[in-house]
Amino acid sequence: MHWLAEVHVSLRSGIADPEGQTIGSALRSLGYDSVSEVRSGKLMRISFEADDSAAAEAAVAEMCGRLLANPVMETATWELRADEQQDPELVVP
Amino acid sequence: MTLLARRPRVAVAVFPGTWSERDFAHVATGVLGWDARLVWHAEDDLGACDAVVLPGGFAHGDHLRTGAIARFSPVMRAVAAFAATGGPVIGSCNGFQILTEAGMLPGALMRNDHLEFRCDWQTLRVEHPDASEAWLGDLADGELIDLPISHGEGRYVADPATLDELEAERRVVLRYADAAGRITADANPNGSERGIAGIVNETGNVLGLMPHPERASESEVGGTDGLRLFRSLERWLQARPAAAERRL
Repeated sequence: MHWLAEVHVSLRSGIADPEGQTIGSALRSLGYDSVSEVRSGKLMRISFEADDSAAAEAAVAEMCGRLLANPVMETATWELRADEQQDPELVVP
Repeated sequence: MTLLARRPRVAVAVFPGTWSERDFAHVATGVLGWDARLVWHAEDDLGACDAVVLPGGFAHGDHLRTGAIARFSPVMRAVAAFAATGGPVIGSCNGFQILTEAGMLPGALMRNDHLEFRCDWQTLRVEHPDASEAWLGDLADGELIDLPISHGEGRYVADPATLDELEAERRVVLRYADAAGRITADANPNGSERGIAGIVNETGNVLGLMPHPERASESEVGGTDGLRLFRSLERWLQARPAAAERRL
């Protein structure tokens, strides 16, 4: 089966985020006075094959643990769904 | 005393996008008269060497995080194995970032707090040089040295428990200082926790630092404080000829 994972990598709370702070300042300077905080992060969309949802879940967890996030300063969360449109068995050559 | 009966040999790892490997090799061969070998990141053998350099630059484009891709390059398995035998390893700038990503040193290097790239001379305070005799044996505790920095992502971070442990184990060996040796926010060029510019591993043979000692090894380029790290290594190797030969 084909799967699509959307992985969000965020900075841990307590880790300073100068990029987020700069974006926040820019928003306030545009008149969005109610903006109190911006935290920046990364979004990665990963298309891959796995036999079932448990295997897909395990694969994404492993990818995050090994490469996508550095636990010293980041955490990763993800949403996973079967990606039928990308399933090679359904694609007409 | 038996002396090492040959020139020191240094292996300098080269990753796609690193830029300081030739400066390191120039200092090793041209200034110190050592042998230097550039080792492409895809190689898994460092060859016969007494020390390993992980140079500065932007390995693998610094994509994802600095050092995050480089840590999986085959050469890093050899570097880890070399370090595990007590072999001296120095990672400068991007090399420091790679060492933290590889788990060979704790913590991480993040974007400078002011978001700017900094390229300048920087005063550093040496602390606990005895924690890393191989790299700092010629330097004195509390001494001030000047080395260039050149980075956009040099803000050292670690959780408070790790920072306390590093301090307790005397593994913070370089801090950003002002001309009087004070560790102040103004003297800190990137927002590093506790002004940390360089740390060593538990056994002291692996040194990671953001500054560039290889760019301060000839008076023509403005200073020679960096050369003292390599002179320390040379003396350290000379004092341990048997260990040096065993590692080859």
